[in-house]
Amino acid sequence: MNKDTLLHITRFIVLILVQTMVLNHINFLGYLNPYIYIIFILLAPININRSLFLVVSFMLGLTIDMFGDSGGVHAAACTIIAFFRPIALRSVFGLSYEFQTVKLSNVRFGERFAYVILMVLTHHIVLFSLEIFNFSHILLIIKKTLLSSLFTIVITMLVLALFRRNNS
Amino acid sequence: MQQIINFLIKNKHFLLFLLLLFLSLIFTIQSHSYHKSKFISSTNFFSGGLYGWQNSTSDYFGLKGENERLLAENENLRNQLSVLLGLKPTDIKKTDTLSFDKPYTFTKARVIKNDYSKIDNYILIDKGENDSIFPDMGVITDKGIIGIVENTSKNYSRVISILNSNSRINAGLKKSNQYGSLVWNGKDPNIVQLETIPRQAILKEGDTIITHGRSTIFPRGIGIGTIASYKLNQNKSYYLIDIKLFNDMSDIGFVYTIKSRDIEEIKSLED
Repeated sequence: MNKDTLLHITRFIVLILVQTMVLNHINFLGYLNPYIYIIFILLAPININRSLFLVVSFMLGLTIDMFGDSGGVHAAACTIIAFFRPIALRSVFGLSYEFQTVKLSNVRFGERFAYVILMVLTHHIVLFSLEIFNFSHILLIIKKTLLSSLFTIVITMLVLALFRRNNS
Repeated sequence: MQQIINFLIKNKHFLLFLLLLFLSLIFTIQSHSYHKSKFISSTNFFSGGLYGWQNSTSDYFGLKGENERLLAENENLRNQLSVLLGLKPTDIKKTDTLSFDKPYTFTKARVIKNDYSKIDNYILIDKGENDSIFPDMGVITDKGIIGIVENTSKNYSRVISILNSNSRINAGLKKSNQYGSLVWNGKDPNIVQLETIPRQAILKEGDTIITHGRSTIFPRGIGIGTIASYKLNQNKSYYLIDIKLFNDMSDIGFVYTIKSRDIEEIKSLED
């Protein structure tokens, strides 16, 4: 077990604790919570074994579900963004992804921002569609998705900027 | 055969993805139907214990408000007591408080997790099967109803809050015997909806809504809220009523669970 693996495991545990103990109780404006635990999925190594990555993401979502009593909505959302992450990476970073040289800490701000937006929006659409689970409430789904995404994206960008590793 | 194996190997990521998605959808669908979501629940040792620990540290910040609430409840009970003391001793049917032969038994419990911002909200309390709390028991505070116990483990129970799209509780008007079912449309955690009150009912804004004792879960007369507004449904046969809750659902500290003595008897009659 090398240093990087240990870092990812620690990040997994810390993000779950922060999400369930602090962020799930914010309820800004009555119902808005940031879901920043997906930073784990955003920051997972580019060349990770895909099957392992899918299973770990599923477990991450399921743990959040267990704490939040939400059935399997986070598990489904996490599995979907884990599966579609290569597509998001390819469309945002293009060639440098193909050569596996992308490091989220040293790409340009615009690219990092686009990648975060893409992943967070996908995650939140799936999450709130499944949570509300009723297409007669489609306006509520859209409202919650957009407002929560905004909240999550802002917090995620701040966290990514704060905990950036200086490996220049 | 070779081709099938090749296909499986080639698409193993996609198949794994489908499997995991399928699993999570099953959990989701189970969680949307009442009494099914036993598997993924926060009553387990790990998350229940962690929430209990978190609550025991953050409890201190709410002590003042909790004290005031207890004082108010004491005052209320004392007032009722003074009415009883004014009666002649022979008027009061003496009940031995040591005997357990009363129609409803109340047990106090502490709320260690409370949701109110989702569509399906649950509350976790720190009593479970070891304190003889079992599914389908009612949960109330001194002000009004909170929900129904849905799932229990040894030391924790999960309560399906009235702020849950699966919750259906019989409720009716205090001043007449018409009743309907209490549901929530997921919008405002202070407002719940009462459906299927017949149009013959005479309503006024501010009327009190109480539980109606038509199920074995809640005794008759536990407060729920007051009528905030009402209108007839589309074919003008029922009222749809918005009810302002007595409880502030975002601020619940201690609750009482209700155990009914006659539940077995009533159930055996119904079967």
